[in-house]
Amino acid sequence: MATMKNEIDFLLHLADNALIIGHRNSEWCGHGPILEQDIAITNIALDYIGQARNFYQHAAKLINQQPTNIGVTLTGNDIELPATEDSLAYLRDVREFKNLLITEIPNGDWAHTTLRLFLLSEFELQLFTQLLKHTDAQVAAIAEKSIKEISYHVKWSQDWVLRLGDGTEESKQKIQAAIEAIWAYTGELFIQPEYATAACLNYAAIQTAWNKKISAVFDEAGLSIPTKTFVQKGGPDGMHTEHLGYILAEMQYLQRAYPNSQW
Amino acid sequence: MSFQINKLYYGDYGESKNGAADISTNQTNAAEWPLWEVFIRSKQGLDHKHAGSLHAADAAMAIENARDVYTRRMEGVSIWVVESKYIHASNPDEAGSLYDPANDKAYRHPTFYDLPEEVKYM
Repeated sequence: MATMKNEIDFLLHLADNALIIGHRNSEWCGHGPILEQDIAITNIALDYIGQARNFYQHAAKLINQQPTNIGVTLTGNDIELPATEDSLAYLRDVREFKNLLITEIPNGDWAHTTLRLFLLSEFELQLFTQLLKHTDAQVAAIAEKSIKEISYHVKWSQDWVLRLGDGTEESKQKIQAAIEAIWAYTGELFIQPEYATAACLNYAAIQTAWNKKISAVFDEAGLSIPTKTFVQKGGPDGMHTEHLGYILAEMQYLQRAYPNSQW
Repeated sequence: MSFQINKLYYGDYGESKNGAADISTNQTNAAEWPLWEVFIRSKQGLDHKHAGSLHAADAAMAIENARDVYTRRMEGVSIWVVESKYIHASNPDEAGSLYDPANDKAYRHPTFYDLPEEVKYM
């Protein structure tokens, strides 16, 4: 049963990552620097919400398949069964969310936003490629569908890192400032959560591939990797920054104030 | 003998009446990205059709923007972009001399021939 609980927790981890970064990117809707880029980042936000739905739906299905007496409850607060994608997204509290901290930190400026997406999506590309070999065929299928979207996110955000790094004095200074600000949240990407027990996972390999890619792009853009190595961590275990609570307050308000309300 | 050639760019016409942005001579805002025309080929289509225009810093970004702006609802499988300033347009003021002479030459339409029954799909 521990295995099933691990798989459910891992699915929630993936779903929460997608939901929170999707929410952050969606905050740009109507505020992008130019119409075309506003649409681009909103498309990306929608890709992420789609991924979140896939993972939540699958997690809900697995939760509902378990006999009620085995204790596969959502950590902490119980959610009424049957679980749904909506109850998993809207009715869990901050401490139950398992997303990486890098997904929840505020958008900052355009340089911060595109850099964060680049660092995160390259990690996801490596992770999801491993998930193609997951023993649960549904997880593998979601990974396969997501990789097509993530590959574009990598390309798009990488173009911006290159453009800003290799652009003007000001743009370079802004993207380098973003690197200094966000770098402390990248170490957490490679700390394997204790529930990430699937045999196909190899976080050390992800880190090697990620380092190689990031260094190559930073070299080309004339950017430098910070020497500070302090790592912010705890997201996948429910220890979050103060920012996540604000996101959830906004996101969950309607469902909590008016339970079961429909569009 | 010399001719004065007035070269008109896409978006230029109507300029004298403030009807369109002055793309060819616009130096007032260097920060503005150039305009690109987007052509999309649909899954069933053989030809790229004009879908619209957008702003982008260069061709690579124009294609990415076109993907994000014009193919969100599965409109296409191939994208062409060309900077709008490279498209030369006919002058609407000359529409009379260019197109009207065709008005009374209906015999140019292939509707005056009797087609044999065997010929299909015409």
